[in-house]
Amino acid sequence: MSDCHSCGNCAVAAPPPKLSKATRSHVVAIIGPPNSGKSTLFNRLTGLRQKVANFPGVTVEQRIGRARTTSDRDIVLIDLPGVYSLNPRSEDERVTHDVLKGEMKDAPKPDAVLLILDSTNLGRHLVLAAPILSLKLPTLVILNMADDLAHRGGNVDTAELASQLGAPVALISATKGDGIQKVFQFIVGTAGGTTSLAAPKVELPILQDIPRCRQWAHQVGTGAAYQAPAPPLWTRRLDAVFLHPVAGPLIFLAVVAGVFQTIFSGAKPLMDGLQALIEHGSKWVGNIFPEGIFRSLLVDGVGHGVGSVVVFLPQILLLFLFIGILEDSGYLARAALIADRTMAKFGLQGKSFIPLLSAYACAVPAIMATRTIESKRDRLATILIAPLMTCSARLPVYTLIIAAFIHERPLLGPLLGTQAGALLGLYALGFLAAIVTARLLKSSILKSERTPFMLEMPPYRMPTLRSLGLRLLDRSKVFLRRAGTVILAVTLVLWVLLHLPLHDGKPPEIEHSFAGMIGHSVEPAIKPLGFNWKIGIGLISSLAAREVIVGTLGTIYGVEDTGDNSVGLRQRLQSELTPGGAVALLIFFAFAMQCMSTIAVVRRETGGWKWPALQFAYMTFLAYLGALITNQVMSSGLII
Amino acid sequence: MTCSAASTDTDSMMQMSVNREFEGPKFPPSSPRTLAELKQGESGTIDRLDLPEDVARRLMELGFLPGHVVVPARSAPGGEPRVYRVDGSEVALRRETAARVILRQPSKGVAKTLKP
Repeated sequence: MSDCHSCGNCAVAAPPPKLSKATRSHVVAIIGPPNSGKSTLFNRLTGLRQKVANFPGVTVEQRIGRARTTSDRDIVLIDLPGVYSLNPRSEDERVTHDVLKGEMKDAPKPDAVLLILDSTNLGRHLVLAAPILSLKLPTLVILNMADDLAHRGGNVDTAELASQLGAPVALISATKGDGIQKVFQFIVGTAGGTTSLAAPKVELPILQDIPRCRQWAHQVGTGAAYQAPAPPLWTRRLDAVFLHPVAGPLIFLAVVAGVFQTIFSGAKPLMDGLQALIEHGSKWVGNIFPEGIFRSLLVDGVGHGVGSVVVFLPQILLLFLFIGILEDSGYLARAALIADRTMAKFGLQGKSFIPLLSAYACAVPAIMATRTIESKRDRLATILIAPLMTCSARLPVYTLIIAAFIHERPLLGPLLGTQAGALLGLYALGFLAAIVTARLLKSSILKSERTPFMLEMPPYRMPTLRSLGLRLLDRSKVFLRRAGTVILAVTLVLWVLLHLPLHDGKPPEIEHSFAGMIGHSVEPAIKPLGFNWKIGIGLISSLAAREVIVGTLGTIYGVEDTGDNSVGLRQRLQSELTPGGAVALLIFFAFAMQCMSTIAVVRRETGGWKWPALQFAYMTFLAYLGALITNQVMSSGLII
Repeated sequence: MTCSAASTDTDSMMQMSVNREFEGPKFPPSSPRTLAELKQGESGTIDRLDLPEDVARRLMELGFLPGHVVVPARSAPGGEPRVYRVDGSEVALRRETAARVILRQPSKGVAKTLKP
């Protein structure tokens, strides 16, 4: 994984070659087993002074932040993926291993380590201390969940534990902030170069021998008078409900249905508000700038193109809020458990459920979340099917076309109308395509032995507002950055292509513009699907991101209001598309892989162009075939 | 009482930690041979893992070490995967994996049925 210097055994951190200007910053890595509260501690230490390297994954992401201290030196904290040991098997364990050993490209070798362990399960968590302490980096052993430990009647002598391990120990509660001062003191102390490691009282075990390591942990724990707490009663009570043979699956379905219902209906007022705000802004801009090409660029290009996409921010945030609550509370692990048997039928396992659920929001974090899956083939299969799940970028397209072509009639009494039903059908279609593809992959090119499902069930915990808030902030930044870069760029390029070549100094008719020529050149290929050249331009521009087609069509039709609720755009669509073509367009968007970010992340995660190219070809083929059949069947009058 | 669910092979320590949660051990008519045969609330002591090395290592990291006591808890609908309580945590396994976790036999004086 590394192509820089190999200094695996260096005891002292060498200045990283990449960070020449930042040689004076002090790098502290946070490491711990899954569910030990790493991210909570990280949020505590950095607050808003953190950034995600690329996209935030659900569980696996390397986050970097600056410590909230008043030190002369710049202190950089790295939140590493949770691991049980330093023997890397899954992808995120490899990340942790490589960063700690200084073998990670673009990541500096840490100067100090914060090892965070769950104090309520110290016997097992202390095992990780052996490989970490053997790295010989200045290390603070943090025993988290101190409140829980005391509440459930456990106890530990931290001073004695420190002398047993030969490293300082802090008993804290990351959620409540108790004892966090000690962590800051350690960080600042190591930045000043004052902390050094003492020799451990109990000699470190051979790291490869797990029973020995566990025995060592037990010996150290006993030496520090560790008393394990009583079992978590609330977790057992909640599991009696959530894992009940009858109530469990019903609650599972209710949770999934509730999440969707709230995303569709709950976000509406916020979206309407945002829409009104953007329209207002556009009008205001339109009023202060004189009539002309610059105003047209701002209002038609930026305002309508980008604005029509930004409107979907509340919906996307709501989805991420739900996923955040489900994950932080510990329910997601139970959901994966319940889903395992169903996933197994399609050749996958319960762990694939978590990334697939988050793919409903966006395939990019979903694909990054697959790093928790140990089996390479299972992971690849999950990556390949994730973009078929109905991501939030499809929503604007679906909403627009459904509103234009499907008459609202009650379907299930007042509960479900035909429009919501159609939307639900499209979600089901995406899911079906995903699992059938998984089955195909797992019985052909990705055939493998059934991989064992091993998943730790964390105790239920109350999600904190702090961590949920930071998550949403992260997401908003990512979304707005995308709207401000990819979508803005595409809209601007399109706007330019629509206004060139100039005839006698005037922009041409759309039909004779460069964009129009491009649309006409693809028309023969898409005509059998029921799409004309204008839809063709939309399809091409939506290769960058699906939702771009809404802005594109708006700009093309020259309608003032290009939002998804726009009557003008809706009416124009009704005259541009036959019902067969409209449904074909929905099917096309359900299957096609129109997303540059996804292609880029698949390339990065699979380490080459082979898989994203295959995936793109497969999904485009599926989209074309599905749309072709739909349009041909519907326009031949066989149905409807 | 020291570390609950300790890693040593001293079985008395194992039983102590379990007896805090459950009462009244009694012998079953025939003792289960693998983890998959254990019923909910019963307990058994792991003898060895009959699994490929990488899987076995991961299981050991999760607490499934020889000498450790395991208690099956709730399961997903349909009976699997099932949650197992081991070494202070709860881990879900499929039946096929649990069937490869071999338990110690009562002749060695360990496996017992415990009333929930």
